[in-house]
Amino acid sequence: MIELSQVQKRFGENRVLQGVNLTIGSGTSMVIIGGSGTGKSVLLKCILGLVHPDSGTITLDGQDVTKADRDAFLARFGMLFQGGALFDSLRVWENVAFRLVRGANALPKAQAREIAIEKLRRVGLKPATADLFPAELSGGMQKRVGLARAIAAEPEIIFFDEPTTGLDPIMAGVINDLIREIVTEMGATAMTITHDMSSVRAIADNVAMLHGGVIRWTGPVSELDATPDPYVQQFIHGRAEGPIESVR
Amino acid sequence: MIEATLGSLGRPVLQAIAAVGRVALFATAILSHILRPPFYFRELGSSLLQIGWYSLPVVGLTAIFTGGALALQIYAGGSRFNAESVVPSIVAIGMTRELGPVLGGLMVAARVASSIAAEIGTMKVTEQIDALVTLSTNPLKYLAVPRVLAATLSMPVLVAVGDAIGIMGGWLVGITRLDFNSAAYLKNTVDFLEAWDIGSGLVKGAVFGFIVALMGCYHGMNSARGAQGVGAATKAAVVSASVLILAANYILTEVFFSS
Repeated sequence: MIELSQVQKRFGENRVLQGVNLTIGSGTSMVIIGGSGTGKSVLLKCILGLVHPDSGTITLDGQDVTKADRDAFLARFGMLFQGGALFDSLRVWENVAFRLVRGANALPKAQAREIAIEKLRRVGLKPATADLFPAELSGGMQKRVGLARAIAAEPEIIFFDEPTTGLDPIMAGVINDLIREIVTEMGATAMTITHDMSSVRAIADNVAMLHGGVIRWTGPVSELDATPDPYVQQFIHGRAEGPIESVR
Repeated sequence: MIEATLGSLGRPVLQAIAAVGRVALFATAILSHILRPPFYFRELGSSLLQIGWYSLPVVGLTAIFTGGALALQIYAGGSRFNAESVVPSIVAIGMTRELGPVLGGLMVAARVASSIAAEIGTMKVTEQIDALVTLSTNPLKYLAVPRVLAATLSMPVLVAVGDAIGIMGGWLVGITRLDFNSAAYLKNTVDFLEAWDIGSGLVKGAVFGFIVALMGCYHGMNSARGAQGVGAATKAAVVSASVLILAANYILTEVFFSS
């Protein structure tokens, strides 16, 4: 279980997170929604330790993440980045097997390649893709490779940062379905940040809305449409009018 | 009024001191990782190829033209006091002590510091560095250490090759344009050249190689967002590496030859 308590982060005068409280249960899929620039990615990076919060605590299974052994902590995570973040200089299979061939439990190259090809197959890519470089792939294929890399070491917790951004609706649907299937099949805890409502409905068990640096609303996805919260209603229906100021 | 003036003078000084401190800490972190596992031999090999092998043409071309021009200049200057015969020895000393390492260093700075900064800067803005962290890999160790090590090891070799080609450039101009006897030119070169002339240039090369890769990695890792950020990091890497090479050259020359 991941628990955030009063997490605050500012960049100069910009107070991005102003006391975030959130609990993500083990084996559940939490989707964080919110407008652009509301701090969704910062929140996710705070959990991973890529950004250090100014105050507040983040615990994983009761242990403060800042005091955990870094390698052991990160070994429990997989992450799909918004743009894929694939390493240009490495072939697709080397990207997928990156963690597998490094560290104390490094596998032989041939075995890691086999696992990488299996993971590529799991996300719907042919084995021939394995020897290509990321620049030779389309945006959707890069997302799939990123997904294969995120699940390669079978992590307990997977983070998805805007998994469908920049994809056409059909490819977005494919990625959403893959995420849902993989998370269910692996029994992993998932945390996704998105502002794509189709992703929310496909992926989420629970939803939290981040606005004004705090969690504005949180609850099961089944209650999302019925909530009277005007911020949530404006966001999920994509209305220009409402309490959330829109810049025209 | 006075306070504002002093403030505007003091701010850049404080910023410069802070930048020196950040670079020093970055360099210390890299040095502390060089001898500690894990070692990324594949990345080191790839960096040796990129930095050392692929810089040979540019260093060779720079050296041959510099050696030739040096021979012409020394001949023209020497003829004012009937000292044309010093051309071979001065070309050799000039190339090995100064021009080989400094011009080689500057050319490698232009070629390598820019490419390192652009590559790492792009990796930063496309979240590849964050991805490395989430994959339990220290970006400093994986990206910076192999590049700094490769540049420090390969620069002396590039300088040695540049020295030889530069001296050959002087020899070529000497025998074709200045009527030197080929054997006499080469004998003069060998007789007057001392081991430390070559050794000091190689040491300078190693220091310049370290500076080039350090600046490339530092500015790449600290690149701001977007294409403009990467462009600024690339420019800063080349400018700072070039200035530091010239400054380090003066200091090393003072240390090696002031007595």
